[in-house]
Amino acid sequence: MSIIGSTESKISLRSVAIWTTVAVVGAVAWGVLALSRGEEISAIWLVVAALGSYAIAYRFYSRFIARKVLRVDDRRATPAERLDNGVDFQPTDRRVLFGHHFAAVAGAGPLVGPVLAAQMGYLPGTIWIIVGVIFAGAVQDMVTLFFSMRRDGKSLGQMVREEIGPVGGAAALIAVFAIMIILLAVLALVVVNALAASPWGTFSIAMTIPIALFMGVYLRVLRPGRVTETSVIGIALLLLAIAGGGYVEGSAWAEVFTLSPQTLVICLVVYGFFASVLPVWMLLAPRDYLSTFMKVGTIVLLAVGVVVAAPQLQNEAITKFALDGTGPVFSGSLFPFVFITITCGALSGFHSLIASGTTPKLIQKESQVRLIGYGAMLMESFVAIMALVAANVLDPGLYFAMNSPAGLLGTTAESAATAVANLGFTISPADLQAAAAAVQENTIIARTGGAPTLAVGISEILAGIFGGGALKAFWYHFAIMFEALFILTTVDAGTRVGRFMLQDTIGNVWKPMARVSWKPGLWGTSAAVVLAWGYFLYVGVSDPLGGINQLYPLFGISNQLLAAIALTLATTLLIKSGKLRWAWVTGLPLAWIVALTMTASWQKMFSDNPKIGFLAQRERYADALADGKVLAPAKNLDQMHVVVVNSTVDAVLCSMFALLVIVIIANAAVVCYRAIRAAEPLPLAEGPYAVSTIVAPSGLFATPAERRELALTGPSGASGGLAEEAGKP
Amino acid sequence: MTVRSLLSLARWYLRELNGEGEYERYSAWQRTHPHLPALSRQEYERLRMDRQDSTPGARCC
Repeated sequence: MSIIGSTESKISLRSVAIWTTVAVVGAVAWGVLALSRGEEISAIWLVVAALGSYAIAYRFYSRFIARKVLRVDDRRATPAERLDNGVDFQPTDRRVLFGHHFAAVAGAGPLVGPVLAAQMGYLPGTIWIIVGVIFAGAVQDMVTLFFSMRRDGKSLGQMVREEIGPVGGAAALIAVFAIMIILLAVLALVVVNALAASPWGTFSIAMTIPIALFMGVYLRVLRPGRVTETSVIGIALLLLAIAGGGYVEGSAWAEVFTLSPQTLVICLVVYGFFASVLPVWMLLAPRDYLSTFMKVGTIVLLAVGVVVAAPQLQNEAITKFALDGTGPVFSGSLFPFVFITITCGALSGFHSLIASGTTPKLIQKESQVRLIGYGAMLMESFVAIMALVAANVLDPGLYFAMNSPAGLLGTTAESAATAVANLGFTISPADLQAAAAAVQENTIIARTGGAPTLAVGISEILAGIFGGGALKAFWYHFAIMFEALFILTTVDAGTRVGRFMLQDTIGNVWKPMARVSWKPGLWGTSAAVVLAWGYFLYVGVSDPLGGINQLYPLFGISNQLLAAIALTLATTLLIKSGKLRWAWVTGLPLAWIVALTMTASWQKMFSDNPKIGFLAQRERYADALADGKVLAPAKNLDQMHVVVVNSTVDAVLCSMFALLVIVIIANAAVVCYRAIRAAEPLPLAEGPYAVSTIVAPSGLFATPAERRELALTGPSGASGGLAEEAGKP
Repeated sequence: MTVRSLLSLARWYLRELNGEGEYERYSAWQRTHPHLPALSRQEYERLRMDRQDSTPGARCC
């Protein structure tokens, strides 16, 4: 049976030689990473180890999954071909779809996690990012994409309901919504921490709103459809806004743009509300163009920077915090917390929502799930590796001065230098002030959240190639800007998606709500969503214990629990379709992630250490409060109350997430048990079979056989876009 | 591959990615259906953009 469209070719000597070389080079790079202790090594080794591993995994493991496990069938028409309406379903060129899918999955996540995880050294993060993506993250994306494609692009929640059961389905729906709220809050918190008390950054980010509005009007009225032209103008204005921020900082306007975290939260919530209720052409779409351009441009710039500058890693391979779990950035030991801190780039459950969203409705050929699902995730992983490089080329003293909570560091360079020395690293107060001055920030002490640290790392790397020290401040604010831009795009789009989910759910009970354009419903649900994430965001900035320290683990746990839901679904589907012998492909990453998230949830709730366990923390502060005492870093009784409330909320959320996932897994286990006991495979909710007539290559480049086939038939699958819809009277 | 073909590939990719080429595709299709009204570029692009109002695409982290 020919399973893949292209014909089998015999293994050529050339191919053996190439892949042997790739394997040897990759292995040497891993060897250098593993064996060097105590001496500085070049970041190039990290990049080579990653690229070599990705190449081998893509060539062999993803092919094995496509052929043996999923049995992709290019003779079977995809929903894009079968249901082609030129609008939602539309066969799309694989390279174009790859671009769309990558732009949808990659954002600020892979840039933040590796920075925070650097407190444990560069090695744990590197291993998890590379091994995790190969065996878990990319696998999840690819199989979810495949299963959704076989079901006409159904969403993760719908698939869980239809293939596992109504209980699991309801749990999945609640989990997805709750997880999204936490995710938006934490991402917004990263932006707030990057912009607080930074007039330069706040000015440039504020400017993106008028720029986006201008682009929206330009595209709508002046030059309809000229997206490239509009984006180029937008980028030029954006660069101008970054440069202008430098002037604003030195001028009388600086005060206007020096905002407290609390004010920034209110601004973000108001902004998020308007982004959700305004038509997309005004704000959302132009922002998305800007953010996508900046995303691709900056990633390429950073890749070139890392390769050309070839910086040395200053951080230790494994710091003592990996073992004793007393790190200031986030508490807890290597297992499970490195794997919770780095989600995007290794394994990100949120991707399963995108892999079961628009992408499956646009695929031309089944075999392309390998390029689009597995390939795009490998690329995101590479972005994470570059962020890891940027964080680890920094001096560890500087790193800890930027990433430890304010309560630990105090506010002056002297107190921060002392605190860093207590952690076992060294940086002088003068060096701290010099580092802040180099990027023209008032202070870089306790700038938690990852974004400022990454920006300093990027500015070191890029200033080494373009412009030297003089442009360091520009590159720093450029990096802050593009991270904030990504995150705000995610917040805009996420608020809108959350609003639709809420409208849909309430619409089941109360009809008017289901009409998405009904104004009161639109405003009410938008407000509910922004207030939900706004609450956690506000909690994050006002918590004396430090928002990132408290909330980031919750974000990591929830994202990984979403991955557990997706992998549970995939494993159930493999077993239901009679592929028990291959169930380990998703079953092993599932087992790993369940062990991980359950350990982490357990520790976050029940650990005796108040730095880790939410309940222990609650008890400690509640007891002190009962005696009328104030515990540092809280400064007064009000702040004591805040800590007690927050730790209670965090503990409740944490347990709720874990329970929802346990419900889904239990429901799935019942289904799997029945499937294994049944004489023949249980029925699946797949779409009908139809014969495909589209001819299209399955990989990035067409093979010689595919080229011959294409030459015979001509390219197919071209569609008029909105043509038919527009043509309808 | 020549520089010229690389540039045209890059241009094609960019236009496909941001949907700039869609109106041309529509126009070609409309010519084969002359009984249907021909939309101007502005009308067509508005239709295309406004569809996104009800189909938000999630953006990940």
